[in-house]
Amino acid sequence: MLCQRCGEKEATIHLTKIINDEKTEIYLCEECAKETGHLDLSNNPFSIQNLLSDILKPNIDTTTLNQKELKCDNCGMNYQEFTEKGLFGCSECYDQFSEKIDKLAKRIHGSDKHRGKIPERQGGKLRTEKKIDDLKAKMQKAVDRENFEKAAELRDKIHELEDELRGGQSE
Amino acid sequence: MNKNSYDLSKWIIGKGPESDIVISSRIRIARNIEKIPFPHQSESKDLEKVINEVNNILAANNKFGLDYIDLDDLSKIDKNVLVEKHLISPPHANSNHKRGILLNKNEDISIMINEEDHLRIQILKPGLQLDKCWQIADEIDNFFEEELDFAFSKKWGYLSACPTNMGTGLRSSVMVHLPALNITNNIEKMLGAVSQFGLAVRGLYGEGSKSAGNIYQISNQITLGQTEKDIISNLTSVTMQILEQEKQARKRLLNENKDFLLDKIKRANGILKYAHIISNEEALKLLSYLKLGIDLKIINDIKSSLLSKLMVLIRPAHLQKNFEKEISSDHRNVQRAKLIKKYINNREE
Repeated sequence: MLCQRCGEKEATIHLTKIINDEKTEIYLCEECAKETGHLDLSNNPFSIQNLLSDILKPNIDTTTLNQKELKCDNCGMNYQEFTEKGLFGCSECYDQFSEKIDKLAKRIHGSDKHRGKIPERQGGKLRTEKKIDDLKAKMQKAVDRENFEKAAELRDKIHELEDELRGGQSE
Repeated sequence: MNKNSYDLSKWIIGKGPESDIVISSRIRIARNIEKIPFPHQSESKDLEKVINEVNNILAANNKFGLDYIDLDDLSKIDKNVLVEKHLISPPHANSNHKRGILLNKNEDISIMINEEDHLRIQILKPGLQLDKCWQIADEIDNFFEEELDFAFSKKWGYLSACPTNMGTGLRSSVMVHLPALNITNNIEKMLGAVSQFGLAVRGLYGEGSKSAGNIYQISNQITLGQTEKDIISNLTSVTMQILEQEKQARKRLLNENKDFLLDKIKRANGILKYAHIISNEEALKLLSYLKLGIDLKIINDIKSSLLSKLMVLIRPAHLQKNFEKEISSDHRNVQRAKLIKKYINNREE
């Protein structure tokens, strides 16, 4: 069967759409499917394929994933050891195992974001970054409320702080 | 460290706000130096590096008056004396890697070096003074951070060995004496309510809700996602509520069950004055009733501070410290009774 859209190439994609109980069948070639966005499904992180592969992954390569890939370069601890001991090996482990930590933090603390103290000396840059994050959130809110004057004001402030940050780094 | 175990930490014998019920407040923060493996994963040279860096800072400026004690230089009894004073944890006393403690004269600042984390800064004060404790802990943290690169991430805060401490690294706790809530069987209810605020309660001596001496420790569990101020004010306000409940239970006992209460207190006083053999657990229980009697002005010839002192002095390591040697548990029970008698009868300060 030829592609319904271009009528030139072989239709390799067969789609059945059901919208409001109305069933339509579409036959497309791969190129046309891409152009019309019908192949976007594969990029959707919640597609069944992705969900399924995530579920299947641990069964297939738990050992290789944990022991080979997730190993801390700084102290040598691997993720498997961490789950057994319940203790990180060093501060760098947090970076190395970062993809696992958000979930863990949420389970233990019900949160994955620090809101407390920032170190006095080291934290100068971090504090500015945090301020920028806060201002960006405020700016978004202003935009949502269509208060563009306020949003522009906040944007200027953000730029100012970002310049400050760059200036600070080049010193 | 104090040579004489009678020289107890100021925070143990001192008075503070609400100190008839809240025995003491404690703030502990966990800090680690970037890149150096955490103590359990460290080699000796890393552990020594941490100790040296901390001592170098103090050599240049020791504004908090801290002395470094290498735990390997202490006898087993001396280490356990520190545990009984709540200055170090039992694992810190018993582990065998390079480790130590920084202690000031008043013993209200103690910093464990190379426990589970590189630094565990701990502040202790009598009564309900969590804000004050935090203020000092914060200053000490800043003082060390001027020289040390603490492991910190914008997202996860201070990075600790155990994920249950990440974020603020803050554990705040109060030690409370709740005899009336226990006598009136209300302790279980209180414990249940407290856990709903993300707080944990444990008996200070022994596990579970039955605590010898009716002393409980309440502490925050969550360290990430809240500010230090939030954590502390949450614990302070829950403690105030418990305090109020305990006061009301005491009032009710006095109004509705006075004879029963008087009997409990006076019996405790009698046994403590005349017993020849007494175990740690029995002594703690009776001292608790005696303290209740003093708080309610039923017993007027013994000072409340004497009781706080005795509750520590009768514990095994402190008793043995007096003899400068290890003594058997039977012998300890006789010595314990002797010590209590001496203190209560002579009203020794």
